[in-house]
Amino acid sequence: MESVLTFTERGIYCPAGDFYIDPWKPVPRAVITHAHSDHARWGNQHYLCTKDSVPLLQLRLGKDISAQGLPYGETLHFNGVTVSFHPAGHMIGSAQVKIMHQGQTWVVSGDYKTENDGISGAFEPLKCQVFITESTFGLPIYHWKPQAAIMDDIRLWIHENEQSGKNSILVAYSLGKAQRLLYNLRNAVPRFLVHGAIYNAHEVLLRQNWPLPPVELITPDTPKEHFRGSLIIAPPSTADSAWMRRFSPYSLGVCSGWMQVRGNARRYNADAGFAISDHADWRGLLQTIRYTGAEKVFVTHGFSSVLARYLQENGLQAEEVKTAFGNEEEETTA
Amino acid sequence: MQQFSRLIFTLAQSTKTNEKLDALGRYFATANEQDRPWVLALFTGRRPKRVVNSTQLKQWSIAMAELPEWLFEECYHTVGDLAETIALLLPPPETKAQPQPLHHWLESLLRLEKATEAEKETFIRSAWDQMEHTERFVFNKLITGGFRIGVSQSMIVNALAKTYQIAPATVSHMISGNWDPRQTTMEALLNEENSNTDDSKPYPFFLAYALEAPPAGLGAPEEWQAEWKWDGIRGQMIRRNGQLFIWSRGEELITEKFPELTALLHALPDGTAIDGEILAYDQQQDRPLPFQALQTRIGRKTITKKQLQEAPVIFHSYDLLEWQGQDIRGWPLQERRRLLESLVAQIHQPALKLSPIIPFPAWDQLAILREQSRNNGSEGIILKRCSSAYQVGRRRGDWWKWKIDPYTVDAVMIYAQKGHGRRSNLYTDYTFAVWNGDQLVPFAKAYSGLTDKEIAEVDSWVKKNALEKFGPVRTVKPELVFEIAFEGIAASGRHKSGIALRFPRIHRWRRDKPVSEINTLDDLKKLLGTTPS
Repeated sequence: MESVLTFTERGIYCPAGDFYIDPWKPVPRAVITHAHSDHARWGNQHYLCTKDSVPLLQLRLGKDISAQGLPYGETLHFNGVTVSFHPAGHMIGSAQVKIMHQGQTWVVSGDYKTENDGISGAFEPLKCQVFITESTFGLPIYHWKPQAAIMDDIRLWIHENEQSGKNSILVAYSLGKAQRLLYNLRNAVPRFLVHGAIYNAHEVLLRQNWPLPPVELITPDTPKEHFRGSLIIAPPSTADSAWMRRFSPYSLGVCSGWMQVRGNARRYNADAGFAISDHADWRGLLQTIRYTGAEKVFVTHGFSSVLARYLQENGLQAEEVKTAFGNEEEETTA
Repeated sequence: MQQFSRLIFTLAQSTKTNEKLDALGRYFATANEQDRPWVLALFTGRRPKRVVNSTQLKQWSIAMAELPEWLFEECYHTVGDLAETIALLLPPPETKAQPQPLHHWLESLLRLEKATEAEKETFIRSAWDQMEHTERFVFNKLITGGFRIGVSQSMIVNALAKTYQIAPATVSHMISGNWDPRQTTMEALLNEENSNTDDSKPYPFFLAYALEAPPAGLGAPEEWQAEWKWDGIRGQMIRRNGQLFIWSRGEELITEKFPELTALLHALPDGTAIDGEILAYDQQQDRPLPFQALQTRIGRKTITKKQLQEAPVIFHSYDLLEWQGQDIRGWPLQERRRLLESLVAQIHQPALKLSPIIPFPAWDQLAILREQSRNNGSEGIILKRCSSAYQVGRRRGDWWKWKIDPYTVDAVMIYAQKGHGRRSNLYTDYTFAVWNGDQLVPFAKAYSGLTDKEIAEVDSWVKKNALEKFGPVRTVKPELVFEIAFEGIAASGRHKSGIALRFPRIHRWRRDKPVSEINTLDDLKKLLGTTPS
């Protein structure tokens, strides 16, 4: 029997349905798990993604792309292949893709996290025969504190900064992490000031009625008095830049799973590192994989060889697969 | 321990000297009294003897975390720090016990010295079981050593000076030498009257700053004294109350390691302290041996006859700090020097030499002499202002080192490995090769010399161009060319290339050079005759 999905140099391909999932080279039909740039790339003729992802794809790739949105859980058929999207909990609109063909069920995880962050959708565990999983944080050193505890840490940090007369700047990836922070800290500060990259996404999401707090765009004219008492959110590229200097004196907090290791926080010259990630931690990955009941697991981007070996040693058929999904976003942030 | 953990994290996270000083000041003003001398000891290189080794820590934590060993190793390579890896992997504590102060843990560790392995394991595992993540990390660090939090000796001295309202140079002297954190308090340590009771107490070293511009800017040549700069072990030799003490610059007592020098006990008068350099020396040729010779003497507990014969050491005197029991560091250099010269001449011992003064009528003549440094086995010139006092620490103004330019070769990177600490998770440690015929031969490893931006660039290149994986090491396409600088080169039977370099580091990235044009092993071997080390 033909394999439902194959790994090609353009990306993960479904021969029976003739479509690709998150292809890294332009193809006629692309099924997209989420709107991050290493998964939703430019140049495909047609995009299929979740309904919530469409405006974000348009923001990233242009208004004129041909994109079709499908609500979570609804199915679509291509040549007898059934495709559906299921919440991945990674960011707004993110999904796992379930593909059913001739009695076989395959699931492509995309990027996922198992904790419900309140805004990215609650991760839906799925049963399947073959599971293709990410492994960004596939080492047992990565185990996240519950989100509520991290938000408490952030609130405390904001408070301490105020005490010592410093402005608070959080560095977070503009799509995903920034909204997660805005939503969960919505009652923590009187005002959010955000960088243009975050502002653009925010405008799009507000138009879609996402329950996000109002934010103020930082411009050269933003009065200095607005800095004090606000929470400033900026993307990673601005860390320690000339753009950031205007907020001096400030304390820089970096929000990223990589902050779990002390050295990384120091590398960013961060005053505080918050290990908060939109990817599953080691336990999250293992629980999810076990739940699927999959006979075969393909492990993509991240600590793929480690996770694959660990799964093998625990009696699963697992294999490492090279893909072009980076963790650029996470590495530079995040 | 929690207050100490907080101190460590504040110090690690801060990049500003003033913030660090404040944090230290606050700590010394408010911490548990028995903890304070311990913290001073830890920050001034007086770490207690290690009672548990890395392998034991690793095995016990693997057992507690129920992980396969290979997975532990993978984690370690990513984190880059054993103490932190263990803290991240241990399961959450089972019993939440009353937190213990720092001195409790340090003293308990010291008591383990004679314990059996099983007793050690029981103690460490139950300690882990009482601690939260950060405490575990700090506890592990106390065992494995090295906090790498950017606290220098001078920062500690300044913090204490501020907290206790004593001049920094005085603090520096008071906290030097032999003392036991279990048996002293900060008050006793920083008490003027007590500070003379320790006969071994050394003076803080005065260190030269690297000269950044040509020396002509320093003023008239006759106001300066020039000496050769030697690459040995900077030391201080003290005789007081019929006893001889030799200290290294790291404030380690190394008297026992150099039996040749202990003969000087009888020659030196009481109340003498000499600053100098310990050098392995060829008495017949009257010149220092390469640094490799001295290396055979470092880090050994017992010295064999053979080592004594092959690498005999001398004390090469630079300066006189104490004379007839009097601290003369405030005298002008030329007067201290006059006394030093007559002392060395008077006692006339082959193991005590005088660092010769290089006469030079004009700066440009000194520049020519400096070029010959390598011929006589030195690494450049030291300039000292004739009227200068012997100060504390590394300071600009009166002492300068004017080193010769390093050797350089162009080489290609062939292996990369992730770094430690601040650079864990980044490929920062590289192995370089030169051509030998049509083969690339590895000849040097270097960890430093690139900017953070360049490191990030090389790191992402390595991730895309890795060919094979050997544990933590990746072989990469031989493509990136770097100029490697080093201070010396010596023949070596232990290296595949047949040579060993001293202080190799990356000088710059040669993006303009193709691999075909890098240097050859023959080029390197040609340098062999030209260098002392």
